[in-house]
Amino acid sequence: MADTLDQLFVSLKHWLVAWFPPAWQPLISVVVIVGAILTVFGSLFSVATVFERKGLGRIQNRYGPNRVGIPFTKISLFGFGQPIADGLKALIKEDFVPHAADQVVHFLAPIAMLAPITLMFAVLPCGRNMTALDLDAGLLYFFAVGAGAELAVFMAGWSSRNKYSLLGAMRGIAQMISYEVPLILSAVAVVMMVGSLSLVKIVEAQAGYSGWLPHWHVFTPWGFAGCLLFLTAAAAESNRSPFDLPEGESEIVAGYFLEYSGFKFAIFFMAEYFGMFAAGGLAATLFFGGYYAPAPWLAWIPTWAWFIAKTMAWIFVLIWIRGTVPRLRQDQLMNFAWKFIVPLALINIVTTAVWHFMRAQPAPARWAVCALLVAGPYVLLGRGLLANKKIEKRTYRLAD
Amino acid sequence: MLGEAIIKGLAVTAKNFFGSYVSKERLPTIQYPEARQALAERVRNFPFLVYDGGDWEKGLRCVACQICEKECPPKCIYIKRSSAKKPNAMGRAQFYPVVFDIDTSVCMGCQICVEVCPFDSIKMNNEFELCNSDRFGALLLHKQQLARSSEYYHQLHPGEAAEADARLAVEKARMEARAKAKMAAGSGSAQKKGPA
Repeated sequence: MADTLDQLFVSLKHWLVAWFPPAWQPLISVVVIVGAILTVFGSLFSVATVFERKGLGRIQNRYGPNRVGIPFTKISLFGFGQPIADGLKALIKEDFVPHAADQVVHFLAPIAMLAPITLMFAVLPCGRNMTALDLDAGLLYFFAVGAGAELAVFMAGWSSRNKYSLLGAMRGIAQMISYEVPLILSAVAVVMMVGSLSLVKIVEAQAGYSGWLPHWHVFTPWGFAGCLLFLTAAAAESNRSPFDLPEGESEIVAGYFLEYSGFKFAIFFMAEYFGMFAAGGLAATLFFGGYYAPAPWLAWIPTWAWFIAKTMAWIFVLIWIRGTVPRLRQDQLMNFAWKFIVPLALINIVTTAVWHFMRAQPAPARWAVCALLVAGPYVLLGRGLLANKKIEKRTYRLAD
Repeated sequence: MLGEAIIKGLAVTAKNFFGSYVSKERLPTIQYPEARQALAERVRNFPFLVYDGGDWEKGLRCVACQICEKECPPKCIYIKRSSAKKPNAMGRAQFYPVVFDIDTSVCMGCQICVEVCPFDSIKMNNEFELCNSDRFGALLLHKQQLARSSEYYHQLHPGEAAEADARLAVEKARMEARAKAKMAAGSGSAQKKGPA
């Protein structure tokens, strides 16, 4: 029974595809999978926007959206009709293109943004036997494709012919390229331990439990550090607060998508959320046991549900952080990336190697050495960075 | 240590997030159309005209003296005085406004009309749900829309209304006394005349 439920969507796809002539079946299979990915993550996106607004509201001691429900009735659905209203509004709004903008690039930028981010979902194992594209170099593909979004950010900023757009794009490029490095370095640790770039193999390496503790990478010193580094870098990659400088509403209005309105703006918005989902899915895959249940007695819940739950948990953490931490300054952002996150990610690779070579040693010694390797640099680097900071009264130089 | 403050901050926001589900203090929002905040007695928006008795047209206290019209800074009041006198609620023959319009799109709620009115006939209302789909006609309030009973005024501003009523009662008593004196003087002279 549990197995049927677990494989429900897989068997559904097989059943659907079987209706078509054999020559068509590969194509139909791809179309069904792509449709499923777009539908599932599209609806997750719409739900996540409501959760974000409600969550931020609660953090700020107010209700979030709780009005929009079924039209022409008094049913409010706790505000979960909001995404439909938002979508309709985005569709109906005027699509305004500035006169001086580069029309073609301006038009292509949202598509160039959404397409690579959507492609990232292809390699994510969304459940047992539910990987759209089980590449041997899945992780490499994920990062390679994801890097394409940076170009779109610059396309949008440059083609708009607006100083704020350009500033936002410059910030976006600087930030995304800087944080790409620790993002990949922290994932490298996992690749070293598992010995494969295939995301399915990485998930399978985390199967099983010792007692009640699952064999997730996050429950090792290097995995814990790697996970935190990865999540920080991933938040920066997906332009989320406190790393939302490319948007920076209070400084540069909306950054690179300032000159976008209507559904093009919605596409940028969607791309940001898709980026968050992809990053959350990858974090779950690399460190949180992918689609495996956190405890053996929870294994009856389908694997795809676990994957979605873990991805959404990441979204909630991001919302929580957004409600808490103020935006960084550009130099703080860069310092944080290059002086703190990148060194720690490099040290974490060494820690991983030490953990690997100490597998013959007794567990307490292995744990102690690796924990020291994780905590030591963190404390020392943190202290060092703060010690070098001369915090003095700021003097303002105003333009004469 | 680095990151300590972030964790403290996260604890604060988490407390607020979960607290908003259990504590009224952490979620002070009043869900407006369904729930309303009780308005303070001094809340004011646009003026209304007070009438005594049951008939709004007969009981209007306004005697169309047009002081408010002249004093109104944005000139949002328009009054047309009647040509003939008519008995008001107190039974006195008075002029009355044939037209009394207040343009709420112009009115700034300054209460000057209320302060200058010698007859306690124009007062400030606290109705604020005046939005309309017709921005020309419907924002111009006519005499009938402006008329409110003195009971309404009492309910709106209990202290102030009692004071105004006392003032009116004194005025009425004075008027009655004067009328009586006049009548007495009239009859006295008649009596005087009689024997002569």
